[in-house]
Amino acid sequence: MANQALVKLRGVTQKYDTGRKEFIAVRDVNLTVKEGEFVCLLGPSGCGKSTLLRIITGLQKPSEGKVLYRDQPVVGVNPRSTIVFQTFALFPWLTVQQNVEVALKARGVGPGERTQKALGLIDMVGLDGFETAYPRELSGGMRQKVGFARAMAVEPELLCLDEPFSALDVLSAESLRGELLELWVNGSIPTKAILMVTHNIEEAVFMSDRIVVMDKDPGRVIADVIVNLPHPRQHKSPRFAHIVDQVYATLAGQTQPEHVEMGTAPGEPGRTRALPDIQIDDLTGVIERLHEMPGRTADIFRLAEELRADSDYLLRHTEAAELLGFATLAQGDITLTPLGETFAEASILARKEIFATRIRRLPLFQWLLRMLDAADRHRLEYDVALAALELEFPPEEARRQLDTAIEWGRYAEILGYDDSTETIFRETGAAVPAAT
Amino acid sequence: MSRLLRRFGIGWPLTRFATWADVIVLVAIGVVVYIGVELAGGAPAAISGPRISLAPSALPLYAALSTGRMAAAYALSLAFTLVYGYIAARNPRAERVMLPLLDVLQSVPILSFLPVVLLGLSAIMPEGIAIGLASIVLIFTSQVWNLTFAWYQSLTTIPNELREANSIFRFNAWFRLKTLELPFGAISLIWNSMMSWAGGWFFVMAAEIFTVGDRDFRLAGLGSYLQTAASKGDVYAITLGILTLVLVVVALDQLVWRPLLAWAERFKLEMVTGEMEPTSWFYDVLRSSLIVKWFSERVLRPLGERIDAWSLQHLAPDSGTSDKANRSWIGFTASAVLAVGLVYGVYRATGMLATVRPADWAEIGLGLGATLLRVSIALAIALAWTIPLGVALGTNPKLASWLQPVVQITASIPATAFFPVLLLIVIGLPGGLNIAAVLLMLMGTQWYLLFNVIAGASAVPQDLKYTALLLGLNRWQRWRTLILPALFPYVITGSITAGGGAWNASIVAEYAKFGGKTLYTTGIGSTIARATAEGAFPLLLASTMSMIVTVVLINRLFWRRLYRLAADRYRME
Repeated sequence: MANQALVKLRGVTQKYDTGRKEFIAVRDVNLTVKEGEFVCLLGPSGCGKSTLLRIITGLQKPSEGKVLYRDQPVVGVNPRSTIVFQTFALFPWLTVQQNVEVALKARGVGPGERTQKALGLIDMVGLDGFETAYPRELSGGMRQKVGFARAMAVEPELLCLDEPFSALDVLSAESLRGELLELWVNGSIPTKAILMVTHNIEEAVFMSDRIVVMDKDPGRVIADVIVNLPHPRQHKSPRFAHIVDQVYATLAGQTQPEHVEMGTAPGEPGRTRALPDIQIDDLTGVIERLHEMPGRTADIFRLAEELRADSDYLLRHTEAAELLGFATLAQGDITLTPLGETFAEASILARKEIFATRIRRLPLFQWLLRMLDAADRHRLEYDVALAALELEFPPEEARRQLDTAIEWGRYAEILGYDDSTETIFRETGAAVPAAT
Repeated sequence: MSRLLRRFGIGWPLTRFATWADVIVLVAIGVVVYIGVELAGGAPAAISGPRISLAPSALPLYAALSTGRMAAAYALSLAFTLVYGYIAARNPRAERVMLPLLDVLQSVPILSFLPVVLLGLSAIMPEGIAIGLASIVLIFTSQVWNLTFAWYQSLTTIPNELREANSIFRFNAWFRLKTLELPFGAISLIWNSMMSWAGGWFFVMAAEIFTVGDRDFRLAGLGSYLQTAASKGDVYAITLGILTLVLVVVALDQLVWRPLLAWAERFKLEMVTGEMEPTSWFYDVLRSSLIVKWFSERVLRPLGERIDAWSLQHLAPDSGTSDKANRSWIGFTASAVLAVGLVYGVYRATGMLATVRPADWAEIGLGLGATLLRVSIALAIALAWTIPLGVALGTNPKLASWLQPVVQITASIPATAFFPVLLLIVIGLPGGLNIAAVLLMLMGTQWYLLFNVIAGASAVPQDLKYTALLLGLNRWQRWRTLILPALFPYVITGSITAGGGAWNASIVAEYAKFGGKTLYTTGIGSTIARATAEGAFPLLLASTMSMIVTVVLINRLFWRRLYRLAADRYRME
């Protein structure tokens, strides 16, 4: 079984230069995918897993490092790889058959052979009878089947899947996963290796032989988990649950000492801790649910199942709970702190006060409040704050950070925002502005 | 109708008031106008137009000539669009200049170029060719910008994953154009082509009947037929001419545009089946025709395969990484030469502008004010009647179903065709030309507004209408809190287009030769026309540039702010 390596990444780094500062999307990634492997790239949004997929297929050239395919450097798009896209990327104006055929046509396959092959593939994915349908007439699951048939048409050695099931409803995703696994495990497709990007932990454990776990800020590989369970795998089996737990624990991390946890204010040396992208109502929902649990503690994986939440979504909320000091994380378990309990029991107004005192501790807020105090009439233009944050975050992320900060500040009633003048101001209700 | 609007939406991607590129673009336009004016000095002092026959038997030929001119200009526009849009979308360095240029050019009143182009071209080539070419060039300039903008926008909004699919399946440039870019832009290109043709008709009428002083730049065609008929007061010929024009416009709509729209339905990107799909009887006939079937299977398909095969041999597959503009020395030298030329042009143009007398500058200022007033009046009148009617049509499907076709046909007749008739009617009244000018502007612009208002009114969500009823708002409150805010973005979009059209019309509206007499009224359009007639070239340059700068400034300072406000605050999602 000494399988040959198909893909080798050596010291791959991807930077984006936005003019003032460079941002690192992916840092120093080393990765090998061998023949016969089904590998998952797993991580929270923004960890650069999709970027890595594009680098491997040659759609994108990394800023640093080497990309080898069968020990040859990849130049341009690698003709022996292909991608199945999250949003299917079908041409809406072509029929199912034309969508499959066009991939063959672009490789110079003649009309007769082309049609025969396309029909065979459409049959294989179970879409016979739909050859002349347009994508808009199909359900999401069926569209993705066309995506698979099209990818198979070019007989790729390396099949890359970019969150192929995340735009589908639960049932379609489940059945499509099973069908793909069947084709793969039985060897009915000529594909030598599969590389799948996902943020769904269970999906990764269900399908792959190896999970490469990534984290963000900057995007990097933090763990490599082997999944040696026989197919077909059972979600309920203890070994399955054990691996899922293990991955959750890796991703959810541990509660850190406060100075590490909070990061530094923008403009100061060190990394500014980004505010997680959450809805405050959802956060209170998670905290209330935890509060009802025995011992005010829960296994994150179980909590995700209970709330029917996707792992990425839940991890963002546990991160926020931790950042605000409402909960602590250890070994894949989340436990409410006494403060978290108080928050869960408090009235709406009291919750706002607790929330306000907690976010005042965050360097990003301290910085924003200082800027507001120094500003004329304690008002600050949105664009000014944004420009300052863009020194710290990539432009899109900076905007999201500022929007999140404003939303949190509004909820806590320490900030206000005037949409017509696009200015942020200090709320002068309970908190008295520094009158000088 | 709301779909129509989406296609017509004005794209203003730049958020800043002005960039250095805008300044360069304006200066460059100034230099080009200067070169035209400089050439115009050599134009013959008297140009005789062709004899226009008023016999009904001449009409088919005239209609064919006018349509031919339009078709030639449209072909030119399409070719220009594909190339220009492609370069602007794929080369970030070129984009920085090409986009502001497009933005300024689409807001410039093109008719103000008419005298310069006519005089300039007739100086350097035989009159017959020059006038024909000038009319095509001018129709081209009236058709091309919105098309180019639409193409550029569709190229830059192709979803990333479709682009990546394109690279990952190793499509070459031809496959990319055929399978991705053209289909993606098709619907927008067709809608904008329809708009371009509507604008083109307005123009071909004006360009065929332009006479100033002893220079009679007339071309045989429907426009000159109408003008001659009106000049002679021949009501029978006028009626026949207008009927022919309506017939041509309606025929084109039924035989070309509707079938194209019905066919293009397949290119729509929405992944859901739409509620109202455009239909066309002619398209259905074509589809069931055996000849068409034979042609597509025996000629088109093999031809397609041949081109595909050829492209596979000669074009490299997409590399995936986007074209990086490389700073080659050729490009550098070219920009340097261009820059030097520009500076020299500015120097010469300023020299010419310096010879314009203060009295003339005063006339230009006064003219700008007068025309601005006329444009505002026309816009106000248009708003006053289109908002009530548009809301009625937009909220009452029954009324709309029988009134809409009437409105559409009326709107498709170019206002300039009516101008001679209008003159005939109002010329005896006090301030006759003034009234005629405002009326012409009104006729050219009100339809944009009406269609926008209808679209806005029909886009008000039913839930909000119910809420307004449940809250017991009275009529005035309902208008104030719901209908007017909901209409705001649509009214702004419509007003921008309408305002541009009104400025454009001023050049033919404020100065007319009618029944052997020359009529004019104070206004920038009449100043431009007078400068052309008298061969006062410095004045021609000064007035043309003043008009362009004024319109661009009004757009930037006034409309763009309102447009952003509308987009930010009053958008319904």
